[in-house]
Amino acid sequence: MTAIDPTIAPAKSERGWYKRNEIAVTPWLFLAPAILFFAFYVIWPIYQSIAISFYDWDGLGEARFIGMDNYVELMDDSAFEVSLWNNLKWLLFYLLAIPGGLFIALFLNQTVTGIRIYKSLFFFPFVLSQVVVGLVFSWFYLPNEGLLNNILGFVGMGPINVLGDPTMATYGIIAAGLWPQTAYCMILYLTGLNAVDPEQIEAGRLDGAKGWKMLWYIIIPQLKPATFIAFVVTIIGALRSFDLISIMTNGGPFGQTRVLSFYMFEKALSEYGFRMGYGAAIAVVLFLIMLVFIAYFLWSMWSEEKGR
Amino acid sequence: MRFTTKTMLMALAGSTMLAGAASAELTGDLKIFLDTSNPAPRATMEAMIADFQALHPDLAIETTIIDRDAYKTQIRNFLTADSPDVATWYAANRMTPFVNAGLFEDVSDLWEEPEIAEALASTKGAMTIDGKQWGVAYTYYQWGVYYRKDIYDELGLSEPANFDEMKSNCQTILDSGRKCYTIGTKFLWTAGGWFDYLNMRTHGFDFHMELAQGQVKWTDDRVKQTFANWRELIDMGAFVDNHQNYSWQESLPFLVNGEAAAILKGNFAVAPLREAGLDDSKLDFYQFPEITPGIELAEDAPTDTFHIPANASNKEAAREFLRHVVSASVQTEINNGENLGQLPVNSKSAVDDDKFLNEGFAMLSENSPGGVAQFFDRDFPAEMANEAMQGLQEFMVFPDNLDDILKRLDKVQERVYQ
Repeated sequence: MTAIDPTIAPAKSERGWYKRNEIAVTPWLFLAPAILFFAFYVIWPIYQSIAISFYDWDGLGEARFIGMDNYVELMDDSAFEVSLWNNLKWLLFYLLAIPGGLFIALFLNQTVTGIRIYKSLFFFPFVLSQVVVGLVFSWFYLPNEGLLNNILGFVGMGPINVLGDPTMATYGIIAAGLWPQTAYCMILYLTGLNAVDPEQIEAGRLDGAKGWKMLWYIIIPQLKPATFIAFVVTIIGALRSFDLISIMTNGGPFGQTRVLSFYMFEKALSEYGFRMGYGAAIAVVLFLIMLVFIAYFLWSMWSEEKGR
Repeated sequence: MRFTTKTMLMALAGSTMLAGAASAELTGDLKIFLDTSNPAPRATMEAMIADFQALHPDLAIETTIIDRDAYKTQIRNFLTADSPDVATWYAANRMTPFVNAGLFEDVSDLWEEPEIAEALASTKGAMTIDGKQWGVAYTYYQWGVYYRKDIYDELGLSEPANFDEMKSNCQTILDSGRKCYTIGTKFLWTAGGWFDYLNMRTHGFDFHMELAQGQVKWTDDRVKQTFANWRELIDMGAFVDNHQNYSWQESLPFLVNGEAAAILKGNFAVAPLREAGLDDSKLDFYQFPEITPGIELAEDAPTDTFHIPANASNKEAAREFLRHVVSASVQTEINNGENLGQLPVNSKSAVDDDKFLNEGFAMLSENSPGGVAQFFDRDFPAEMANEAMQGLQEFMVFPDNLDDILKRLDKVQERVYQ
């Protein structure tokens, strides 16, 4: 007969491993699906893209390792340069959606009969598919029959072919993109305006602020969270511009309206493409540009949280 | 966009069982992938496959029809991963990537059979790479100038026989306030058609193929000569304005409304033009006229094809299907005006009694001694074709940029053909 010390052994088996570590483990269990999916669908493809960008591969045969050759070729590729500049134009001019949205929001932030209808009408372009927006605008720009040229003709200005002119086409597409994006920013600001503190406005008014001064010193600072979100979605929208270009000009005339994402698609996946390595190299460059903004967004959110 | 017609075919096969005194006992599955997604070609193919099924009732045929443009990218996946037994594609250089990657079955044995060797001789060249044949053609169509006969009659013009007449005709048309040619270059390839013809007429078929194979530089003086001829037309204002905005479909209304007198296009343009109200008294056809005297005329005639993937599981049945497709009677049937409305590849089959098909067939069989090209984006390697067609579009809008464009194309050429 062996003597069992009843005080030690049962105590251990009473609480299982999970029970003992519950507090530490549970959050990870809840996070696990998201982490798995994120790793599998985001991190792994990023790694793969970077890896493929060092190869010469048509998607069918053997991939041939060529080191940095794809990137060297990019440096010397005028089409890539054009795409890069166009991306910059998109980033810059797409931001016009923010002040545009703010002013429409200020204008609509009043109580008159039927304001809900006006608000939804202004919001309506955002609900439209980008493809529809692109089609509508390409008809609007049509060189002979288009509405734009009819209007211009009415005030005595010559017809212009916005989408056929390599210097104007990109701006024409950005203008089309601004239509839904402004609506998006507007809705963000409308919600933001609901949260503006009436007491501060009252106080400002007592101190004699009105008009622009009221807007600049009292209203806009309180709209900072809305502005931040509007900035984030607009930048991301600008970098993702693809559908409008594909619908309105298909990258033309002669490739002058391409942006990086469109150029990558053309090189890697379109009918005449299938240079997977080269396409991946373009994607990596686009990723690095996005990384700058993502880092900035994360950093400002983090410092916001710390300041609280 | 995939549709499986297996069930329908099975039902059809069942109903025709009695008639099926099949010669060969083919069994197993036969998976057929088609890119004929437009309504008419689709119905044609389905009917033809139903006939084949009736001949071989023990064969379980499964047909998958994929959207024509989506097919061009999907084929790369399904040839490697989940291979069908028969797949459609295009002839000439468009086959090269798959042949080189070993994804198409060598069917030279079929081409040695007397029925095929004789009757299909005209398309043998387009199906040959490295001295072997990699599939069979099932249809092709001519390119040429489709013009408004009523406008020509009104201005007292006749079909031009050479470049000078072409230009003087054009001048008369321009003076009457119309454009000579409509074209929509938004999707680039239409400009490739013009280059094909101008280059083949200026320097001949062989030179054109040397350029396609990268043996001639784009900055070569002879290529510049072709562009100089083209520029004469551009400087006259022969082409509709703002063509870079339009797809080829969007360029047709100019012809229909009488704002332009002609279009250089494949025979597939006839159907929409007829539908838009141009009957045979208003619409007519002529062969692209001679430019350099003495150069043998050559034509563009794109060919659509059937192939057996190398990973196919039922190659015996697939071969039998290919024989069926190219047989004289099936060729007559599927290419007639009610079906594809194109030209049969089998020399023993009959061409449907249609004005444009007859003219096209006569032109290709009798008046094309120089040779038959596939089309710009099928003869040139894909990447070269894409860059070049962009250059062609740019040239048509800004002819002064030519030197710059050609230098760029030389650079692309060096990389593509290395």
